Amino acid sequence: MIKEAVAGTLESGDILVQLSPAEGMTIELQSSVAAQFGRQIKELIAETLKGLDINDVYVKAVDKGALDCTIRARVTAAAVRSTGKDVWKD
Amino acid sequence: MMFVPGNNPGMMADAHIYGPDSIMLDLEDSVTMAQKDAARLLVYNALRSIDYGNTEMVVRINPLSTPYGKKDVEAVVKAGVDVIRMPKTETADEVRELEAEILKVEQEIGRVGETRIMAAIESALGIVNAYEIATASERMMGIALGAEDYSANLKTNRTPGGAELLLARETIVVAARAAGIACFDTVYSNLDDMETFRKEVELIKTLGFDGKSIINPRQIEIVNQVFTPSEKEITKARTIIAAIREAQEKGSGVISVNGKMVDRPVVLRAERTIALAVAAGVIDKEEAL
Repeated sequence: MIKEAVAGTLESGDILVQLSPAEGMTIELQSSVAAQFGRQIKELIAETLKGLDINDVYVKAVDKGALDCTIRARVTAAAVRSTGKDVWKD
Repeated sequence: MMFVPGNNPGMMADAHIYGPDSIMLDLEDSVTMAQKDAARLLVYNALRSIDYGNTEMVVRINPLSTPYGKKDVEAVVKAGVDVIRMPKTETADEVRELEAEILKVEQEIGRVGETRIMAAIESALGIVNAYEIATASERMMGIALGAEDYSANLKTNRTPGGAELLLARETIVVAARAAGIACFDTVYSNLDDMETFRKEVELIKTLGFDGKSIINPRQIEIVNQVFTPSEKEITKARTIIAAIREAQEKGSGVISVNGKMVDRPVVLRAERTIALAVAAGVIDKEEAL
């Protein structure tokens, strides 16, 4: 079970990612490029979370033109904060 | 070397566009404690994904004595960073400790020996131990001065003329040259005073530094202007190198160019001028001589 967690900022080039416990995965995305890249961003968020074994989660993301690597980093940071399981060794 | 905060993805994405020789992504002082985890992931993903071209990529990690240091090493070595900058280095043992951490991660990923180390010296003790630090590991590629912490440690303040830094700067250059590695000067943080910045860059070039740390793309042009040899200097260097080659072919060691004796130190300086001109892109490597 995950707990609520946030990572990222609302600065240009960044993305704010908020995770909350849920059943199944739902992703709500706000982005100025949603029309062009919305699906791609959501897929990337879902793929990153599944890669970390997180499948039951409600995601709220506010994108400010983040690159893929930034999206991956912020989703992972939120997941690490949410689960308490770091991706690096202690 | 341009400093870029490690938790600012916008700046990290654009930094190389301005053409610095190297970019230092910072996980230390520019990142708050609460954001250390997120910045580490951001830097890791940026290094793996963003095409920084030929720009040398450096990451300043947190000290190994903090809860963040070892995780920083794991992340950036796995991401394939060129150089790890170690902050607040005071002893050779600290460098060897970092070397051991790097090796552990490199062995895990099967890429041993590729990560180099730069040590930032930021205290009186670090300056006293500069040569031992510079020679502590074969991975050492350079040492750098961190003047803010150093001045605080000396119980003084930074001044525009930099009198308080003179011994530290000279010690770092001498230690680096004795060790056969590079040396980099500290940052100048007043972006509204480009005139003093230029004077500082001229001073540190005269002292023998290989480069200057910068905090803003606006400072790149001045550093390049100061460090790039002029056309006159390049022509003189070419004349000297051509003359010494001709003399060597004739079996003579010492020659004179325009009435001045040319011996080995003069030739070494001429070769450095050409190397700097090639590095600055004002002449091609093929047509350097």
